[in-house]
Amino acid sequence: MKKVMGASFEKFRTPEVKRMERRLFLRQGLSLGALALLTGCAITEEEKIQNVLMRMSGWNDDVQGWLFSSNRLAPEFPESRITKPFPFNAYYSEEEVIDVDGGAYKLELGGMIKERKPWTLPELYALPQVSQVTRHICVEGWSAIGKWSGVRFSDFLQRVGADTSAKYVGIQCMDDYSTSIDMATALHPQTQLSFKYADQILPPKYGFPMKLRMPTKLGFKNPKHIAAIFVTNEYPGGYWEDKGYNWFSGS
Amino acid sequence: MAPEVVKVHPPIVRIAHWLNALAVLVMITSGWRIYNADPLFDFSFPDQVSLGGWLAGALQWHFAAMWLFVLNGIVYVAYGILSGHFRRKLLPLSPLGVLRDIAAAFRGKLAHDDLTVYNAAQRAAYLGLIFLLMVLVLTGLVLWKPVQFHWYGQYIGDYEGARLLHFFAMAGVGLIVAVHVAMVALVPRTFPSMITGRIRRSV
Ligand code: HEM
Repeated sequence: MKKVMGASFEKFRTPEVKRMERRLFLRQGLSLGALALLTGCAITEEEKIQNVLMRMSGWNDDVQGWLFSSNRLAPEFPESRITKPFPFNAYYSEEEVIDVDGGAYKLELGGMIKERKPWTLPELYALPQVSQVTRHICVEGWSAIGKWSGVRFSDFLQRVGADTSAKYVGIQCMDDYSTSIDMATALHPQTQLSFKYADQILPPKYGFPMKLRMPTKLGFKNPKHIAAIFVTNEYPGGYWEDKGYNWFSGS
Repeated sequence: MAPEVVKVHPPIVRIAHWLNALAVLVMITSGWRIYNADPLFDFSFPDQVSLGGWLAGALQWHFAAMWLFVLNGIVYVAYGILSGHFRRKLLPLSPLGVLRDIAAAFRGKLAHDDLTVYNAAQRAAYLGLIFLLMVLVLTGLVLWKPVQFHWYGQYIGDYEGARLLHFFAMAGVGLIVAVHVAMVALVPRTFPSMITGRIRRSV
């Protein structure tokens, strides 16, 4: 790394700059050349502001954790209020939606879970299911009402012997998306491992074979095409969270 | 005639005013960037006048500055009510007086000779601003936590209703602040008084 930059740049490599280099490499993949174009002063100032904003975002995670109540339910709607068509949204376009082979599919479990055997779709579909008509709110500002059916996530976590005293539930998806949530939200009665949208098996664009539906969180916290679920005490981050979106992002 | 030095603005009001102006500036410019991610109407705000660079950055600014905005606002309103500052300087407010002052302003004859007293148009503007800023906080909480604040959000049209109200309250604040700053430019004597808290008045 030092060789690429040359000695003249070395004096700007304060701890903040080093942190920023790491961050740029990890998150934006910007070249060091682009970094070198910025002045040392701009970097440290910008880094300081960014640190304050990130710390405030962490504080807002805590506050949202305190505000969150397991008893407070998201409003449910009559089916006549369902938004048609329900909007598609992902970090890629609708043409790029992945096609998952349901026959070969297995849900992987990991981390602080007792029974980690993978689940096939028929096994999952055999679990008792519930439905909800709730509002999906996107971080961009729009909202839409939809109907999802599946197994209550707290039931599922109990069934597989998840350690519910752990802090986080992480979700890894087949489209290289990932996210993580707090255990309180994972155990909320409306948090649902959804297999159906509008009474039909989830179409690919809504996340076949399953998504985690949480009407108490913003849309991007509701992962689709889930490959693996793990329980952990170590902060797992997530696709958008690592880019600067607030982690808790609760409703 | 020796000039007499008169105190017009108490320190808490001056500090709160400038912290609020900063907070409101950050809230509005980052709010524009957030608006642009999914415009409610047929227009967007130019990126050059918005804050945050992209949606996530704008949200970070918005949800950081909201603490300054709300805590500072609580101090100001609590002081204003408990010390009698609001009662002395912003009340009474007669609708007729406000109309008369606005008409006078358009004729270029609005009186603000005695800087220790706000005229009726000022009182209406300041009370209107305080009211709209409270609307922004209450609708903002529903947008931020629509489930946790559903208990009152349901009376203002929930998430979507709060979104519209939040936008119009911002527009109202923008409009009044534009007039407010224009008025300060027309009566520049008022400006230093909001910094030092004093005016010189010949007796
Ligand atoms: C650069 C922008 C601003 C300038 C130059 C400015 C200037 C002033 C001045 C000079 C006064 C005293 C008026 C007088 O003595 O007659 C005043 C009062 C006031 N301003 Fe501003 N202001 C600005 C922004 C704002 C903003 C953004 C808000 C609210 C959103 C605001 C709300 C108020 C209120 C409520 C008062 C009355 C304060 C009290 O006596 O309690 N101002 N401003």
